[in-house]
Amino acid sequence: MTEEIIIAGFGGQGVLSMGKIMAYSGIMQDMEVSWMPSYGPEMRGGTANVTVILSDERISSPILRIFDTAILLNQQSLDKFEKAVRPGGTLIYDVNGISRNPERKDIAVYRIDATEEAIRMESSKTFNMIVLGGYLKIKPVLKMENVLTGLKKSLPERYHHLLPINEKALSRGMEIIRKLD
Amino acid sequence: MADTISTKQIIKPENLVHKKSAVMTDTTMHYCPGCGHGTTHQILAEVIEELGIQENTIGITPVGCSVFMYNYLNIDMQEAAHGRAPALATAIKRLMPDKYVFTYQGDGDLAAIGTAETIHSCNRGENILIIFINNGIYGMTGGQMAPTTIVGMKSSTTPYGRDVSLMGNPLKMTDIVATLPGTYYVTRQSVHKPGNVRKMKKAIHKAFEYQKKKKGTCFIEVVSNCPSGWRMTPVESNKWMEENMLPFYPLGDFKVPEE
Amino acid sequence: MEKELRLMKGNEAFAEAVIRAGTDAYFGYPITPQSEVLEYLTAEKPHERTGMVVLQAESEVAAINMVYGGAGCGKKVLTSSSSPGISLKQEGISYIAGAELPCLILNVVRGGPGLGTIQPSQSDYFQATKGGGHGDYKLIVLAPSSVQEMADFVELAFELAFKYRNPAMILSDGAIGQMMEKVWFNPQKKRSGELQPWATTGKTADRERNIITSLDLDPHRQEQFNLKLQKKYREMKEKEVRYETFQCDDAEYLLVAYGTSSRVSQKAIQMGREEGIKVGLLRPITLFPFPSKEINELADQVKGILTVEMSAGQMVEDVKLAVNGKIPVEHFGRMGGIIPTPEEVVENLKAKIIGG
Repeated sequence: MTEEIIIAGFGGQGVLSMGKIMAYSGIMQDMEVSWMPSYGPEMRGGTANVTVILSDERISSPILRIFDTAILLNQQSLDKFEKAVRPGGTLIYDVNGISRNPERKDIAVYRIDATEEAIRMESSKTFNMIVLGGYLKIKPVLKMENVLTGLKKSLPERYHHLLPINEKALSRGMEIIRKLD
Repeated sequence: MADTISTKQIIKPENLVHKKSAVMTDTTMHYCPGCGHGTTHQILAEVIEELGIQENTIGITPVGCSVFMYNYLNIDMQEAAHGRAPALATAIKRLMPDKYVFTYQGDGDLAAIGTAETIHSCNRGENILIIFINNGIYGMTGGQMAPTTIVGMKSSTTPYGRDVSLMGNPLKMTDIVATLPGTYYVTRQSVHKPGNVRKMKKAIHKAFEYQKKKKGTCFIEVVSNCPSGWRMTPVESNKWMEENMLPFYPLGDFKVPEE
Repeated sequence: MEKELRLMKGNEAFAEAVIRAGTDAYFGYPITPQSEVLEYLTAEKPHERTGMVVLQAESEVAAINMVYGGAGCGKKVLTSSSSPGISLKQEGISYIAGAELPCLILNVVRGGPGLGTIQPSQSDYFQATKGGGHGDYKLIVLAPSSVQEMADFVELAFELAFKYRNPAMILSDGAIGQMMEKVWFNPQKKRSGELQPWATTGKTADRERNIITSLDLDPHRQEQFNLKLQKKYREMKEKEVRYETFQCDDAEYLLVAYGTSSRVSQKAIQMGREEGIKVGLLRPITLFPFPSKEINELADQVKGILTVEMSAGQMVEDVKLAVNGKIPVEHFGRMGGIIPTPEEVVENLKAKIIGG
């Protein structure tokens, strides 16, 4: 099994840390992982993206042009990476702030209203965990127990009191993600 | 004639007024006659000998006339790239805090190309001794203008004298480093007369004592001469130094610890 | 103690490995994309873990000269930087090579020339492998292609540096520095405290004084010294070549790539083989000494070679020298901080080698 994922959105949406939690979780279940971020000044308030690869085999290129799954969290990212999804692949997006919906018909498109849900949960920080929950519903490549360990490992100890709400966010994400036809 | 001393009397040990320090090697110095480097080397060697720290002293030589200082002092030494001696000294002292570490640098080395290393080592308060020989000229490369060349002074690149409007002002590094919190003892000396030699020796003694107590950077400027570069006899150069250099670079302590 | 598994960025893995190798001192100056090295080292308080010295220098120039001073004391010392900073260090590196001092320099390469970009590149190959500063000298150059190798090469580089009394460089790039992968760490080593007989540690009564210098104004002695250096470099070429091959057994075409490009090339090989193209990879691990003999031997087996580099084509010159005209050698590269994609590599292999 190899799953090649791009996660892209605004800096501050927790794109990089979401990828990091996935990578940690992959290690928990003995997978090979790579986490390759965009870096530099563009990240400071601008767009951020990260390529995450989870695999049972040694990972060759950590940099890819085509992905199995694209998780796209703003319009710029959708414009840039919709075409980068492998035919038959998966695209997940949050409709918040989107002026043009995904158009491809040869891939599975899922919508997750994570921004709205985070507001409902009164914690904008849970946004990326809602998205991750949605992803895991569609692609159960990571076991929930490992994701929770990964979350714990990547969160500094002073934030460990936030673990329960993040766990709740994961399951909310699983509930609210839905497929577009 | 009762007033004259015979050769036999001169070589009697009780009449000895000067001897080569055991910390000096037997290598003949390459310095020009009358140059202050030789005297300063000798004093430094004497202090190292008197303090009994030969086994624990590491010196750093610059690029300039004193690049070959390691041929004359019988201690472990490193030869630095131009201006970088304080960077070497910083690392050596931090890796071996119980050793005595000094740099020996000229005006071009310390006050031009190595200004950043000088200022930052002093500002960090590295526990090292910096000996700064200021003769207002690049001696080794043939007498070009140094950052410390005084106004009106001739050199091979200021053939009509240093003109401030063209070449800027001479730089007083000692005055600058004295203002930095990292320096502990900052003084300006000379070695052109016996009395000055004695004062210089005392200054080096103090500096090593302070280094032992880890007090911070000690900085000793030596206003010196360059008979060859200045196109003068040794005697003329000392006189010129007194009349022209010392009014601009007055001797004395800039920063003395309260004890 | 057992090995320890962590998920880390290449730069952080390098820094952790530096502490664990029992390194005596690090001197550095911040520059993207490798500032994590200095940040990690200061956060980890290595002075408490091992007594290691870590100092943020006032400049790249000061940092490399601090390395000179520490190396002259026989200590295990290093610096790290990225391309523009490495250019600034070249004078110091030349002096270190000339004074025959062991040390480690990490270059996390970014695109140039000038201030260029902060994105990954491999355009410092010439600078790293052909000397870099003034004078006839060589660095030992290791090219990691994973976060694991960013860690593993620390000990290897120090071992080779001390064996040959020569500066060693780890030539990485912004991608490997910034990416996270699994990395296994060796247990913490103690700082050795061993006194090198040639080092300036204080002249004791039982030995002559030690002098660290690169200066000798006598041309005959200076020539002898240069001959000695060249002999040392020849010995490295005989004994220290390291490389890895990937799917070369039945290969009809060969890719030669190091670092990030070699990872992209592996994916390209997978894709090419799915189309029936028998292509393999030779990945030089040491860029100096270069695996010339091995490439020359493979040139008897394959029909053509494509080098993949994030540059205008630098290593390709060494590959051409190694192949010596036996078969066609072409270059494919991206510049300015762009990493080639596996698809592009396959396309270029077809266009420049197979079709040509």
